[in-house]
Amino acid sequence: MFNAHFIPLFVIIPLLGAFLVSLLGKYLKRAFVDIFSSLICFLLLAISFFGLITLRNSGTSVLAYKIGGWIPPFGICMVFDGLSAFMLLTVNLIAFFVCIFSLNYMEKYTDKPKFFTLFFLMLTGMNGLVVTGDLFNLFVFLEIASIASYALVAFGTEAEELEASFKYAIMGSVASSFIFLGIAFLYGFTSTLNMADMSRVLSTKPSTWLVPFVSVLFLMGFGLKAALVPFHAWLPDAHSSAPASISAMLSGVLIKTLGIYAMMRIFFNIFGMTSAYSSVLMFLGALSMIVAVILALSQWDLKRLLAYHSISQIGYVVLGIGLGTPLGILGGLFHLFNHSVFKSLLFLNSGAIDYSANTRDLKEMSGLKEKMPVTANTNLIASMSIAGIPPFNGFWSKLIIIFACLQKGYVGYGLVCVVGSILTLASFMKVQKYAFLGELKEKYKNLKEVPWAMKLSMISLAAICVLGGLLLLPSLKFFLNDAVNVLLEGRNYAGIVLGAASR
Amino acid sequence: MILYLLCLSLFCIGIYGVLRKRNLVKIIIGLGIIEYSMNLFFVLLGYRLHGRAPIDAQNQDILNMVDPLPQALVLTSIVIGLGVTALVISIAIRIYEKYGTFDITKIKKLKG
Repeated sequence: MFNAHFIPLFVIIPLLGAFLVSLLGKYLKRAFVDIFSSLICFLLLAISFFGLITLRNSGTSVLAYKIGGWIPPFGICMVFDGLSAFMLLTVNLIAFFVCIFSLNYMEKYTDKPKFFTLFFLMLTGMNGLVVTGDLFNLFVFLEIASIASYALVAFGTEAEELEASFKYAIMGSVASSFIFLGIAFLYGFTSTLNMADMSRVLSTKPSTWLVPFVSVLFLMGFGLKAALVPFHAWLPDAHSSAPASISAMLSGVLIKTLGIYAMMRIFFNIFGMTSAYSSVLMFLGALSMIVAVILALSQWDLKRLLAYHSISQIGYVVLGIGLGTPLGILGGLFHLFNHSVFKSLLFLNSGAIDYSANTRDLKEMSGLKEKMPVTANTNLIASMSIAGIPPFNGFWSKLIIIFACLQKGYVGYGLVCVVGSILTLASFMKVQKYAFLGELKEKYKNLKEVPWAMKLSMISLAAICVLGGLLLLPSLKFFLNDAVNVLLEGRNYAGIVLGAASR
Repeated sequence: MILYLLCLSLFCIGIYGVLRKRNLVKIIIGLGIIEYSMNLFFVLLGYRLHGRAPIDAQNQDILNMVDPLPQALVLTSIVIGLGVTALVISIAIRIYEKYGTFDITKIKKLKG
């Protein structure tokens, strides 16, 4: 009972950080703001590890925290299970490195305390969404994270950024409305908002029309937040216009927590996965994978190219999860983690190039390897990871997804995975050739490598890319397996959570 | 039933505004209409004809209560809608400063 008390800290710490930074940031020295922000991110990362270990040692699969001591169907509860632990660790790991990177990178923008305020609000939303056990709270946290991200996309207040932010805000708000409508229908039918209780009511009171209808609403809403292909139009604009550290955050974790995690939680644990959802998710995944990678091939703006690859890699995650088999879900979740790491690294690289050479156009840059060895080498590692070259982490997760497709007899989807991977390799070879290899241009003769904080975060993320495959080792596999088990137990989630909460 | 149909038509008007209008301000108004129709729908879910507030008092039999939970939730949702609207309007003002127009067909620096 006592050990569940750390759960609310995931929301309290970043919210307090946002409050203090916005209030006192103006009067304090910049160095103090930097230290304070990194400290908060480090604290969150430490608590994520602590939570993972506590969950492992507690011997149960779920820890539940009752807010104000009210018993769950009536009060709000926070739930910490294998999947939450996995997502929290991913989010806070990326947030920590992005925060370190931002210390130097955000110098070229004017107001750093305001940036950290919005950054922590976004983090509050994402952490809260992952730990909450209540459907309406999920909506509120989703909106906190979304609104903070709309503002962060527009942070530079240049023409392109404002345009992208407006587009993103309108589409995101319409998506939120669909999610809200779905929640309203579910509440009207089940008269409860607690996710576990809702799952229990839905299994005792079956409905022929409601669940499919609400699923379509959620698929539209969360599909738009996750940028699956028919709903992807906002992503290339928003992710390429934002400051690089925010692009890393948006592509790395925001679309996954707001889109994929919420979708998984609702479809697997509340509705129960059926073959119909499964085939829809798999189709959307395969479509995103192939359409986005073809669109990416013709891009010359580095960040826009990376943004299209985000859509394509999300396709792999959705395909793996949509398969619904233990192996498929394992592959999907592992790819989710890997994609967070290498995509944030790639965006941080693009930020480093932008910081030093002040360009995003691939045709403008050439031969940067000579002057920026750290950026070039980490980018090479990330490119090979995303394309699925053997020793790196991206290879293992893609291999598992392809095996899972073949195991279930979907040879066509397996083939789509392979083709998508080859096209990814092709477009990253283009990045390597134009950005880092070749002759150094005259105007870049005095180019300097980025400061140490930026180097540190890029090198650390590259190290995780190299070592990521080790997560499949038997002694470390619990990290992924616990998350997979949460999804596999499906509607038993209700009994487990309500049982843990009544203890 | 007719109230729910009115809600639906309000929603459709909002969607029409977001999808078809070219003026940024009209798009924002459309977004507002969508949010209002959602809130109205949610409040209607908890409403009962001739119902009263669910306040427990002595010597009173409460037979017909209005569900208070949707009202609390809609209050939250209205505040969220306010935040989004304020942000979007301030972005629209900055766009007008940069582009000198509210017409979305003329605001297209991003392509591809």
